[in-house]
Amino acid sequence: MESLMMILIGVLVAVATYLVLSRKILRVIIGTAVLSHAVHLLILTVGGLKKGDVPLLSQSDGPYTDALPQALILTAIVISFAVTAFVLVLAYRMYKTNDADDFSELGGSSDE
Amino acid sequence: MNNIIVLPMIVPIITAILLVFLRDFIKLQRIISLMTMGFVIGVTALLLGLVQSGGIMKLDFSGWLPPYGILFVADSFALILVLTASIITAICLIYAFATIGERHERMFFYPFVLFLIAGVNGSFLTGDIFNLFVCFEVMLLASYVLVALGGEKVQLREALKYVLINVVASWMFLVALAFLYGTVKTLNMAHIAQRVAELGQDPILTTVSILFLIVFALKAGLLLFFWLPGSYSVPPTAVQALFAALLTKVGVYALFRTFTLMFPLNQEVTHLVIGIMAGLTIIAGCMGALAGKDVRTIATYNVIIAIGFILIGLATGTETGFAGSIYYLVHDMFAKALLFLLIGTMVYLTGEVIVKRMSGLIRNYPLFGWIYFIVMCALAGIPPLSGFIGKLLIGQGAIEGENFVLLALGFASSIIVLYSLLRILLASFFGETTISEDHQKPIPKLAMTAFSLLALCLIVLGVGAEAFAPFIEDAAKTLADPSIYIEAVLGNSE
Repeated sequence: MESLMMILIGVLVAVATYLVLSRKILRVIIGTAVLSHAVHLLILTVGGLKKGDVPLLSQSDGPYTDALPQALILTAIVISFAVTAFVLVLAYRMYKTNDADDFSELGGSSDE
Repeated sequence: MNNIIVLPMIVPIITAILLVFLRDFIKLQRIISLMTMGFVIGVTALLLGLVQSGGIMKLDFSGWLPPYGILFVADSFALILVLTASIITAICLIYAFATIGERHERMFFYPFVLFLIAGVNGSFLTGDIFNLFVCFEVMLLASYVLVALGGEKVQLREALKYVLINVVASWMFLVALAFLYGTVKTLNMAHIAQRVAELGQDPILTTVSILFLIVFALKAGLLLFFWLPGSYSVPPTAVQALFAALLTKVGVYALFRTFTLMFPLNQEVTHLVIGIMAGLTIIAGCMGALAGKDVRTIATYNVIIAIGFILIGLATGTETGFAGSIYYLVHDMFAKALLFLLIGTMVYLTGEVIVKRMSGLIRNYPLFGWIYFIVMCALAGIPPLSGFIGKLLIGQGAIEGENFVLLALGFASSIIVLYSLLRILLASFFGETTISEDHQKPIPKLAMTAFSLLALCLIVLGVGAEAFAPFIEDAAKTLADPSIYIEAVLGNSE
């Protein structure tokens, strides 16, 4: 199961890298969203996939599954959600003011 | 009593939320934000005194004993930086009152500055590496907004690049965290240090530490500073000064914590890499500062040189080097804030950014010119100003650690810093004045107050270095001997 997960993470990172390296801004943003999914799966996998019961004392005598990775992932998801939302709005505003949706047009000039 | 450790982070957050509802009452917003920073400064000074007499303090949230819960740890190093950051924020706020303009003030400028300082203070105080990530994100989100606020073409363009680079850096932070958790199964920094010491720093852990190095180097502008000159020169002056003083320094703090506390064992690899990166940063920063034609570029490359210089202290791995780095870090935060405020004001007064097109400013604004002279001397390390003692101690540390190449590079960079700033002084301040007395724009009184306060801090820090020595020595001792920190955090649970 772990090996399968690692392959999946690898595929996600590969896809995301391809997207991030493209010139269209929207693709880059989608790429960063895919990147964050990959790292969430990575945290889940390195923490150990389901090995025991739910970590509640009254429910079972153990061994318990590590609950911490879920907590970390939840926090990371919230943060990546906020950042993605912000960067989408920023990209939209930038498109409206600079009339560019392509990174090759954003080099800036030396006389500013 | 330990509960007050959380105040430097939580009070700015609460007041920032409050200020959102006071959008139309600009005067009230100003008063509340300045009072908040005053309160934080007071609390931090009190904490620093308590830590000095009673040792490192910690606060376990909800009573979850370490290593299970999240905690805040207040040691001298963290508190010195919290205090410096809060004082600088307060002074930058004073400058912002006079210059930022009503449009910014109505668009929640003050709440975002408070969120920024909350994230910065949280990053300094936290004792949990995942919590460090969260505080970094709080700080970064506020900084994204502050770069873009104003909505000019350049700002939006640079903000987008800045955000995307930081998103990728944060992603790498999470990857490093995942591997760290997979290897040592804990996130408490003191507990990580203990586990790493037990396991020995094997190649996997060294790789993880290098991942952390890349992440924090990106945030600190250590070698990976390609994003810095662009995004630091577009926002309004007060924001530029805040960024130059605080943001990169949080990355530097994280580097110090990581490589003195958590991964101190494999120094021949990690500290060598840090040393090489610091040296290259200094060289590249000097080239940028020498080549720059406009004042903002010269100032931003000066930030980069300072980052390289501070990390020489870490690369030497000696207690004297650490003490020097802390001195220089505090000095540099004040000096860079002042430099950026002055440079921004020069651009405002003359309407020009190219050094050669300004002239004779000292005739129109004598005090302004002399304050620039003070900050230049401080940055070059001329005694009795604040830069001298830090440079001296870092130099001593480099000799003790036998890093002679870094020593030579560091001191050579002082001359380049002096030259690049002297060029501005000679071209823009001396010479025939280009502004006639009728067209002379006045410098707002509050802005002048902000300059004077920062210049005063630089002088006090230099002349009164002896008075600050006990705090700095205590901080350096904890960095050099991480067992003090580990004992203070984990001691109760055994």
